[in-house]
Amino acid sequence: MSGFILSEFGHFGLRMDIAHQWLLLVPSWLTEGRTSIFAPKATPAQLVFGLSMFVLAIAAAIFLATGGILAYVLIRYRRRATDSEHEPPQIYGSNQIELSWTVIPIIIIVVLFLTTARVIFNTEYATKPDAALDVVVIGHQFWWEFRYPKLGIVTANELHIPVSDPQHPTPTYLEMSSADTDHSFWVPQLAGKTDVIPNRVNVMWIDPQSPGLYLGQCAQYCGTQHAKMLLRVYAQSPNDFDAWVAEQRQPAKASTVDGQAVFLRNACINCHTIAGTIAKGRFGPDLTHLAGRDTIASGAVQNTPENLRKWIDNPDRMKPGCLMPAMHLNDRDLTAVVFYLTTLR
Amino acid sequence: MSTISITPRDQSWITPSRGVVGILCLIAAESAVFIIFVVAYIFYLGKSISGPSPRDVLDIPIVGTICLLSSSLTVYLAVGALRRSKVGLCSLWLAATVLLGGIFLAGTALEWRQLIYKDGLTIRTNLFGTTFYSLVGLHAAHVVVGLVMLALALVFALRSSVTEANAERLDVLSLYWHFVDAVWVIVFTVVYVLGR
Amino acid sequence: MADSIPLTGPIDLTSTPKARPLTLEVLHAWVTTVDHKKIGLMYIGYALVFLVIAGLEAIVMRLQLAVPENSLVSPQVFNRMFTMHGTTMVFFVGMPILFGFGNYVIPLMLGARDMAFPRLNAFSFWIAAFGGLLLYFSFLGGDGLYGAGTAPDVGWFAYAPLTAKIFSPGHSTDYWTLGILLSGIGSIGTALNIVTTIICMRCPGMKLSRMPLLVWLYFVTCCMVFVAVSPLTAAQIMLLIDRYLGGHFFDTQAGGSAVLWMHFFWIFGHPEVYILVLPAFGFANEIIPVFARKAIFGYPAMVAASVAIGFISLSVWAHHMFTVGLGPGANTFVALATMIIAVPTGIKIFNWIATLWGGNIRFTVPMLFCAAFLFQFLIAGLTGIMLGAAPFDWQLSGSYFVVAHFHYVLVGAIVFTLFAAFYYWYPKMSGRLMNETLGKWHFWLFLIGFHLTFDFMHIPGILGMPRRVYTYQLDRGWGIWNLIVSIGVIFQVLGVGCFVCNLLRSYFKGAVAGPDPWDAWTLEWSTDSPPPVYNFAAIPSVQSRRPLWDLKHPEDPDSKYEL
Repeated sequence: MSGFILSEFGHFGLRMDIAHQWLLLVPSWLTEGRTSIFAPKATPAQLVFGLSMFVLAIAAAIFLATGGILAYVLIRYRRRATDSEHEPPQIYGSNQIELSWTVIPIIIIVVLFLTTARVIFNTEYATKPDAALDVVVIGHQFWWEFRYPKLGIVTANELHIPVSDPQHPTPTYLEMSSADTDHSFWVPQLAGKTDVIPNRVNVMWIDPQSPGLYLGQCAQYCGTQHAKMLLRVYAQSPNDFDAWVAEQRQPAKASTVDGQAVFLRNACINCHTIAGTIAKGRFGPDLTHLAGRDTIASGAVQNTPENLRKWIDNPDRMKPGCLMPAMHLNDRDLTAVVFYLTTLR
Repeated sequence: MSTISITPRDQSWITPSRGVVGILCLIAAESAVFIIFVVAYIFYLGKSISGPSPRDVLDIPIVGTICLLSSSLTVYLAVGALRRSKVGLCSLWLAATVLLGGIFLAGTALEWRQLIYKDGLTIRTNLFGTTFYSLVGLHAAHVVVGLVMLALALVFALRSSVTEANAERLDVLSLYWHFVDAVWVIVFTVVYVLGR
Repeated sequence: MADSIPLTGPIDLTSTPKARPLTLEVLHAWVTTVDHKKIGLMYIGYALVFLVIAGLEAIVMRLQLAVPENSLVSPQVFNRMFTMHGTTMVFFVGMPILFGFGNYVIPLMLGARDMAFPRLNAFSFWIAAFGGLLLYFSFLGGDGLYGAGTAPDVGWFAYAPLTAKIFSPGHSTDYWTLGILLSGIGSIGTALNIVTTIICMRCPGMKLSRMPLLVWLYFVTCCMVFVAVSPLTAAQIMLLIDRYLGGHFFDTQAGGSAVLWMHFFWIFGHPEVYILVLPAFGFANEIIPVFARKAIFGYPAMVAASVAIGFISLSVWAHHMFTVGLGPGANTFVALATMIIAVPTGIKIFNWIATLWGGNIRFTVPMLFCAAFLFQFLIAGLTGIMLGAAPFDWQLSGSYFVVAHFHYVLVGAIVFTLFAAFYYWYPKMSGRLMNETLGKWHFWLFLIGFHLTFDFMHIPGILGMPRRVYTYQLDRGWGIWNLIVSIGVIFQVLGVGCFVCNLLRSYFKGAVAGPDPWDAWTLEWSTDSPPPVYNFAAIPSVQSRRPLWDLKHPEDPDSKYEL
C-alpha cells in the first residue's frame, strides 16, 4: 500500500505532467472561470482533476460505443413502408452475449474503482508536514470566521494563507466546524468541498502554489443568505504573508474619533470584536482590521465607505435575511461610525 | 378478434392468503421504522452530556416481559382454538392475551412514572431520555393498537359472532401481535441488557 | 383447448339504455370508489395538477436565475420555491403518478378483477392527497415569529439543524413534515396493496416467471418502499419530537448529531430515486418490445438485474454524504457499491438495445419517447458514475452538476417514459387514441427544451456554481449558461401545453381505439377499452409471458420457446 500513500507534498512527478496534458483537451471556456473545477491550482484540486479526466474519458468512450450502437439500431431496424406484415424472428436471449456484457462492465468498474480509491487515500491520508499552517474555520449564518490559533489572529471572510513551495511544502490545514447550521467550504480551484457541521470537526488542507486570489462560496444550503456567504482566499508569498500576520496581530490603534464612541455605546459591541477596546462580541465578524479587507458582507460587495454606510444603515437591503439588524443610527452617528471603521487597518 | 381459453378455475392454482401477505408487508415496513429508532438509541449511548444514564435509573422489567412474551403463546392458542371451532376456548385465550398485554402496559406506565417523578428523566432531559422514551413509547403505542384489536376480537368472540371461517383473520392479527413481541425482545435486549 | 368461447367483448345483459347521471352522482361515485381503475386515474390526475404547480415554481426559479444579481424574487421566496418544487415533484407528482399507473395496469396485467385490498387502496390515495393539500396550505396558513413561516424553505432534504425550532421558527417546517408523513403512509399502503396483489391475485397459469416485466419492477419497487419510506417516517417523527417535545435527536447543542439526520434521510432518499425510476423501466419494458415487434431480450436477466438494483441501492445512500467527512474507509466502500449498480443498469440498457436489434421499429409517439429515454438514461447513468467517484464528487456535489444529473434521470428518463406510458395506455383508459401529430409536436418541443435546459446545466456546476442559491455574482461567468438553461424552459412549457391539449381533445375527438390498438401481447389488451368495472368477463388462464402473442400466433407460441 505504501505506493498508494502520498508521503510528500508536491510529489507528483508523472501525474502532474499527465494532468497538464489533460488540460489541453478541456475547452477553455470550461477552464477560464475563476471557480472552475477544471483549473486546479493546488494539490487536492489537482488530484481530483486527474481522476475526473480519467473518469470522463471512460464515460465518453462508453457513451460513444453504446450510443453509437443504439443510434445504428434505431436507424437500421426502423420499419419501412415496403416491409412485409410478418413479425421479425423472436429472440428471447443469449447466454454468451449476456455474460459478455456483464463481465466487461465489471472489469471497467474495477479499474475505475481502484483509481478512485487511490485518490481518496492520497487526499485523506496525506501526512501533515510540520511547517503546515493551522487555521480554525467556523461557519456562521452567513459569514466565515477564521482563527489562527498559533499566530493569535482572528479575521473573517477573507482567508490569507502562504503559498506552498512543492520543495518545502507549507500547506494550510483547515479545522472546520459550524456555530449553527450546516455549511460547506468550497474553493474549487484549491480543493473539493468539505462540509462544515455543528458538533463535528472536519479537516481539509490546501496548498496553492502561486500567489493570487481564489474565489469560492458556501456550498451547503444554510438558510436565507446561503447564496452570499462567499469565500476569498488570498494566497501570498511568504514575505507578504508575514507582513499581513504582523499587521493583524496589532490591536486596533487607539482612536479618539467620534465614531469609536458611537460604536462602543451602541449595540455593535454585542456582536462584534475590536481588539483593544471593550467590544468583545463573537456573534458577528471581528472588525479589528476591517479596513484592510477588500469586501464586506462576506464578499457580497466591495468595501467602500458608501457600501459600508448602506450596510450599517440597513443590512437587509443588501443581503435580505442576514442576521445583522438595522442599527437605526441617525445621520451624524452613521457618518462618524463609517469613518471610524475606515481607519481600522 | 382474439379468443381466450375459459377453463374452469384450475383447482391446483393456489396463491398465498392475502391477509397474511398483507400483514407481512406491514410488518416489514414497521420493522424498518423500529430499526431506525433502535439505531438512534444505540448511536447515542454514552453521548448524553448530562442527566441520568441507563445504568442509574433502569431496572429490568422481568414481569412485564414474561407477560408480553407469554401473550404470544396465548394468542397462538386462541387461533388454534378458533380453527377447531372452539369459540369459547378462543375467547378464553384472547382474554388471557389482553390481560397479559395489559399487565405489560401497566408495568411500563409504572416504570415511566418512577423515571419521570423520582429520577427526573423526561424526553427533554438528555439524549438518553429522548431516545429511550421514543423507542419504548413507539413500541408501547403498537401494543396499545394491538390490544384494541384483540379486545375487539374478544368482544366478537364473546358475542359468538365469529366462526371458524374467521380464523384466518384472527391469524393475521396474531401475526401482528407476534411482531410486537419480537420487537420487544429487541428493545429489551438493546435497552435493558446491552445498553446499561 | 377445451371449452374455448370466442370472446368479443364484455357480457352485457342489459338492454335498456341508462339515463345520464347527475353531476353529484358522478362526483359521489368517484369519491367513494374502490375500483383500482378509478383510483389510478385519480392518482394520475392529482399528479398532473401538481406537476403544473411544481413546474410554475421551477419557472419562477429559472426566471430569477436567468441573469446574475437578479432581484425578481426575494431570497425568502426563492428558497421556498426550490423547497416546494423538490418536495412536490418527488412526493406529490412522482409517487402518485407511478402508483396511479401501477394501480390501473397491474390488476389488468395479472388477469385480476381488482387490487387485493380495494378499500385500503382508496384510503391510501385520499390520505396521500390530503398530505399534498396540507403542504400547500402552508402558503396560506403558516405563521410564526417575525412573520416567518408560510411555505417551508429548508430544502427538500431539510438538513438538521436548519429544521430546529431556533433556525426555523413558525410552522413552515411542520407543514413539510406532516405533509410528507401522510404521503408516506399512503405510499406504504399502496405498496402493500401492490405486493399482495402480485403475490396473491395472479390468474391461473401466471407463474411469477410469466408475469410482465412491468409487474416485476413494481414488485421490487414496492418492496423497496417498505424498507425506504419507513426510515423517513421515523426521522420525521424524531424531528417532530425535537421541535415540539424538546427532544434532542438532532440537537447539536445537547450532543445530538446533524449527520444522523443525513444518514436517516438518505437511507430513504437514495432508494427513493430508484423507487421512482424502476417503474419507468417497467414502462419501457412493455412499450419497447411492442413497437420493435420483438419479445424483450433476456427476461430472466432483466428480472435479476431489477432485483439486484433494488438490493444494492439500499447500501449506497452515503454517496450523498461524500463531503461530510465520513472517512476514507466509508467513502471507498460506498464509491464501490455505487459503481457496482452500473452493472445491472448496464445490463438493462444492453437488453433494450438487443430487443430493438433485428426488430421492425414503429416510431409511434410512445416509441419516440422511449428512444429518447434510452439515450438520456445512458447519459444520466454515466454522470452518476462520475458522481460515484468520490473525489470527483467532492467538487461536483452540492453544485449544479448534481442538479443536472438528477434532472436528467427524473425528467430525461422518468418523465419521458411517463409520457410514453400516457400515449400507450391512454387508449386503454379512455377508449380513444391520442393524436399522433400533436404528440410529435409535444415530443420534439419537449426534447429540445429538455436538452437546452439540462445539457447546459452541467456547465455552471463545472464552473463552480453551488445549488440553492437565489442569485450569483456577475464575475463568476455563469450568466450565459444560466440564460440558456432558462430559455429551454420555454420549449418544455410549449411541449407540455401540447400534451395537455392532446389529453383533453382526444377524450372527445380521438379515434376510437378498440381493445388492442397497438397489436400488443399482455392481458390488459384482451379486454375492452375502457375496461368494464369487472375487468374481464371471465378470469383468463395463461401459458406464457405473452398470452396474446400465443393467441395471435398459434403456430409459434411463446410457450414453446421461453427460457
